[in-house]
Amino acid sequence: MSEVMTPAPKPSRRKLLLFAPLGVAAAAGVGFWAMLRGLQDGSFNPRGVPSALLGKPPPEFTLPALESSGLPALSSADFRGLPGPVVVNFWASWCAPCIIEHPHLMALQRQGVALWGVNYKDRPREAQAFLTRHGNPFARLGVDEPGRVSIDWGVYGVPETYILDRGGIIRWRFAGPLTPELMSQDVLPLLARLRA
Amino acid sequence: MSFFDALRRRARAWLRRAAGALGHASGGAAPAAMRPDSRWAGPLLLAFALLCVSPAFAQIGDTTYRLRDPVQEQRAREIGKELRCLVCQNQSIEDSDASLARDLRRIVREQVERGASNEQVMAFVHERYGDFVLLRPPFKWSTLLLWATPALALLGGLFAIWRARRVAAPAGIGPLELTEAERQRLAALQGDPKA
Repeated sequence: MSEVMTPAPKPSRRKLLLFAPLGVAAAAGVGFWAMLRGLQDGSFNPRGVPSALLGKPPPEFTLPALESSGLPALSSADFRGLPGPVVVNFWASWCAPCIIEHPHLMALQRQGVALWGVNYKDRPREAQAFLTRHGNPFARLGVDEPGRVSIDWGVYGVPETYILDRGGIIRWRFAGPLTPELMSQDVLPLLARLRA
Repeated sequence: MSFFDALRRRARAWLRRAAGALGHASGGAAPAAMRPDSRWAGPLLLAFALLCVSPAFAQIGDTTYRLRDPVQEQRAREIGKELRCLVCQNQSIEDSDASLARDLRRIVREQVERGASNEQVMAFVHERYGDFVLLRPPFKWSTLLLWATPALALLGGLFAIWRARRVAAPAGIGPLELTEAERQRLAALQGDPKA
């Protein structure tokens, strides 16, 4: 029967073919490794939803202050005529990841970054207790008890962090707790660039 | 909710008592005892009906913000079915129990009540949450691959079949006639005395 079969491909090519599955497995392995690493340091989020507001100004809104905190309230008018970039953080006292990321917010405040907060669907007393216990990093704080303004921002969970340039345009958004990697790779370099 | 729980608890109590009555009756020897006490037939039926019905109540879902006008409510539901709950991600806001989904359901109903068109309501949510919120993604450059994947897969499959056939064709089955040597070998194997 061998005389009717097609001539076999050159042996060198056939041998290379033997390694093809190995190559595919190696590529898949590298891909998986990159995904897992990204999952760990927060740079890859398979459930992440890109913000629809990137490159746009924030929505028109007026939020009341958290009275016990003595901090000024927050409204869209505050984003006009900014001296530099601003970080806006959506948080709640009932949100465990907010506690985890809190030290990063405190660090931003210590570095003199303008950090404004929106307290999402919270009780004033518990929000105040959170700030008393973990420290207050915010220069302004709006209270969004109904959660409507947060929906206007495209927030779908807390914590969420936005960075706006001095023109009041949203340049960056992250849904989830800030991590050391995010701070050193995204937040701080972007703030430095926006300040320049 | 508590009303139905109470009803179900009572139904269960009836069932238990009915079962007790049955057990008691079958203990007796009289043929009439084969028939359960007719007093329990009504409650038993009701209990059975209630047990069947309760999952249907659960399916209606959150009724907090239902619109009074059934036409508007129907429209709000149609819109809600097209919008993804960003917390659960595999459910529409009509199906999800997340608080964000509840808020969005309410927003959809408020706007429908105010007379907004389906497109206007969808645009409101789309503006805030982007393409991801639409369970039926729009057709545009960034979603081209998404929409074209079935066609590409089909074309790829057809191409693979065409290639496989082209490579295999010259090989074929080979000549159908046996050679003289093969015929002799076959005859020897079959032990044909004429060979």
